[in-house]
Amino acid sequence: MTRTIEYRDALNEAMSEEMRRDERVFLLGEEVAEYDGAYKVSRGMLQEFGPKRVVDTPISESGFSGMAIGAAMLGLRPIVEFMSWSFSLVAADPILNNAPKMLYMSGGQFGCPIVIRGNDGAGGQLGSTHSWCVEGLYANVPGMKMVIPAFPADAKGLLKSAIRDDDPVFFLESERLLAYKDEVPEEEYLIPIGKALVRRPGTDCTLVSFGRPVHFCLEAAEELAREGISCEVIDGRTIRPLDIDTIVQSVKKTNYCVVVDQSWPFASPGAEIAAQVHAACFDDLDNAVGRVHSADVPTPYASELEQEYLPNARRICEAVRATTYNA
Amino acid sequence: MQTAIGTDHLDFSVPEPRNALTSKLGSDTTTSWLRDMMLIREFEVRTMQAYQDRKIGGFCHVYIGQEAVAVGTIAALEKKDPLVTAYRDHGHALARGMDPKYCMAEMYGRIGGCAKGKGGSMHMFDRINNLYGGHGIVGAQTPLGAGLAFGTKYIDEVIEKGRSNRVTLCFLGDGALNQGAFHEALNLAGLLELPVIYIVENNGYSMGTAIHRGTTMADSICEKARGYGIRACEIDGMDVLNVYDAMKPLVDEVRETGRPAFVDMRTYRFKGHSMSDPRKYRPREEEEVYESGDPIAKLRDTLMSQGAIDDAGFKALGKEIRLEVRDAMKWAEASPAPTPEEELYRDVYVEAWGPYTGTTEPQMIKECEGTHGQDG
Ligand SMILES: Cc1ncc(C[n+]2csc(CCOP(=O)(O)OP(=O)(O)O)c2C)c(N)n1
Ligand SMILES: [Mg+2]
Repeated sequence: MTRTIEYRDALNEAMSEEMRRDERVFLLGEEVAEYDGAYKVSRGMLQEFGPKRVVDTPISESGFSGMAIGAAMLGLRPIVEFMSWSFSLVAADPILNNAPKMLYMSGGQFGCPIVIRGNDGAGGQLGSTHSWCVEGLYANVPGMKMVIPAFPADAKGLLKSAIRDDDPVFFLESERLLAYKDEVPEEEYLIPIGKALVRRPGTDCTLVSFGRPVHFCLEAAEELAREGISCEVIDGRTIRPLDIDTIVQSVKKTNYCVVVDQSWPFASPGAEIAAQVHAACFDDLDNAVGRVHSADVPTPYASELEQEYLPNARRICEAVRATTYNA
Repeated sequence: MQTAIGTDHLDFSVPEPRNALTSKLGSDTTTSWLRDMMLIREFEVRTMQAYQDRKIGGFCHVYIGQEAVAVGTIAALEKKDPLVTAYRDHGHALARGMDPKYCMAEMYGRIGGCAKGKGGSMHMFDRINNLYGGHGIVGAQTPLGAGLAFGTKYIDEVIEKGRSNRVTLCFLGDGALNQGAFHEALNLAGLLELPVIYIVENNGYSMGTAIHRGTTMADSICEKARGYGIRACEIDGMDVLNVYDAMKPLVDEVRETGRPAFVDMRTYRFKGHSMSDPRKYRPREEEEVYESGDPIAKLRDTLMSQGAIDDAGFKALGKEIRLEVRDAMKWAEASPAPTPEEELYRDVYVEAWGPYTGTTEPQMIKECEGTHGQDG
C-alpha cells in the first residue's frame, strides 16, 4: 500500500520512526523544535519527543556539529540538521576533520554514527552564498558516506538507513524538492545506501545524475524521446559509495553516457564518474562521456541567469544530442 | 609590548584553603601522584631522545613542567568521566591510566600503538580509560567536550532515566581561547547546562605568542567564561596538591548541579613548544624562575617533610620508573609497523565495502578487555 506525501514529510517520518525505535537517536539544529523546522521538516516532532530529543541550537554550526560528534563518540546517534548545507562551511573542521576521521585516527576505537542533513544546491534565487552544492567539496573525503535522494520514497528509506548506519552520513536534500509529492509505501521499509536505480529505461544513451537534477534528466528524456532518442536515466541516490556497477551495466548497453551533476565542473563527482566510466567502458563507448554541470560561476541571483546556470533540461538535451551525434 | 610573559604568571591569589582535602588522603595516594608525575616526566625525557634519534616522526609536544595539571585534575575524576584534550596529550594519556608502552608505540608508528600507529603523538585515544583524544586542531576538542557532556547527560536522563552524574573534562591551551570553536562551545555548554569543565592549561604561550599578545584580558581570562554565564576560577597548576584540592570540590559541584565550569590553570611548559623550538621569545631568566617551582620537586619535598618518603625511597622510585619507561620503549621498538595490506584501508568505515576492510580493535583494547574479563 502506498500514499502520496511530500518529500519533507517522508523525511519527518523517517526520523520519527527511527526515534521511536531507538532512544539513542535525537535531532538537533537551528529552529528544529519550537519553530517546527525552518522548512517544516521536523513539524510536530517536539510535541512527540520533547525538548531533550528535539534540541534547538543557537546559530552556531561549528559548535553544535562538533557537539553532536562528541555525543556520537559516546555511542549516541545524533541527526544534525543544517538549514542549508551552505552554512556547513563554517563547520568544516568538525564535519570534515573530526567525523569522518575519528575511527581511523583512534585505530578503530571510536566511530561516529552521525547523520548530517539539510538543503543542498540552489533554492530559488538565493544567490551565491546560499546555493552551495557541497557534494563537489565534500565527496572527496574518505570516512563518510554521501546520500542524495531525488524522490520522497528514497528520501525516507535512505534516511532510515543513514540513521542506522555506523558511519557518518552526509544527507543532501533540496529545498526545491521538499514540497514534491509522490507515492511512499505505508509499511516500514529501508533502502540500502550505495544502490543506484534505473528511473527510466532506455536504449540509446545513459543519463547519470543525483538529487534534484534527476528530475531535469527525466524532463530531458521525455523531450528527447519525441526526437527518437531513448535515454536510460539512472538515479545514483548515493555518491559515496558510488554504485558504478549499475552505471557501467547501462553504458555497456547504450554505448553513450552523459553525466549530469549540479556541482561545478572542475574536480566534481561528475568528473569522477566520467573518469570511472571511461576506464570501465573504454571499448563500449561510441563517444567520450558528456558532462552537464552548473555553470562555472558563482550562483547568480537573477532568475534568468540562475535558470541558465543550472544543469537544466535544455542543456541536458544539447549534451545528449552532441554526445550521440555519431549514433 | 613585551614579548614574554615575565615572572608573575603564577602570582595571583588563590582563595581556597590549601591542603584541605589532600591532608586527609593518606600518603599512599599522594605518593602515587608523585609516581605518576615522575612517570610522565621520564616518559617525556625519553620521548625527546627518541625524537632526536628519529624513532618518532611528525610534530611532537612534550608535557614537561605541566605534570601536576593532568595528574591533579584526573585524580579528582572518576573513571567513568570522559576526558578530551589537545595535542599535548601524552601526560593525559598516562595519567588516565594508559600503559606507557601503547603510548610510546603509537609515537613510534607501530601496530601496538594505542591507535595502531594511525594517530601519532597528537592523537592519543583510549576507550577503556575514557580518553576521547588527543586533537591536533587548536580548539577542535572544545565542541567535542560539550558533546561528550551532552551525551552523558542524554544517556543518563533519556536512556537510563536517571540523573546526569558524569563530568567531562575538556583541556585546552591558552592559544585555543582565540578560536571561534571555543566560544561556540562555551556558549552551548552554558546555554544547554552541560556538565563539562573546561580547563585552560595556561602555560603563558601559544608557540611563541605570549598570552597577552594573543588574547584580551590575558590576566583575567575567567571573565571570558563568566561572559557565557559559566563559573570560573584560577588554580595554581604547579602544585599537584593544590590542583586536587581545588578541582575535587569543583568536580563534585559540577556532578551535583550538572552545570559547566571553567578553570584558568596557571602552569608553565619547561621545554619548547615542539621539538624544533629554540625559545627565542622568552628569556632564560624567566624559565629559571618557573623551573625553581618544579611540581615534582615540590611534592617530593612535601612528602619528605611529612616522612612519607625518604631519599632512598625517592631514588628507588626513580629507578623503577626509568625501568618501566625503558621497557615501554623496548616494547614499542619490538612492535611491528602496521602493514599496508592489513591496515591502510582498515578503520575508514565500520562496514567493509570497496577497498575498505572494516574495523578491528587495537592490541591495547584486546589486552585490557582480556584482563578485565579475567578479573571478573
Ligand atoms: C587551527 C590550528 N591553527 C594552528 C595550529 C598550529 N599550532 C599548533 S599548536 C599551536 C599553539 C597552541 O598553543 P596553546 O593552545 O597555548 O597550547 P600549548 O602548546 O601551549 O599547549 C599552534 C598555533 C593548529 N594546530 N591548529
Ligand atoms: Mg599555551
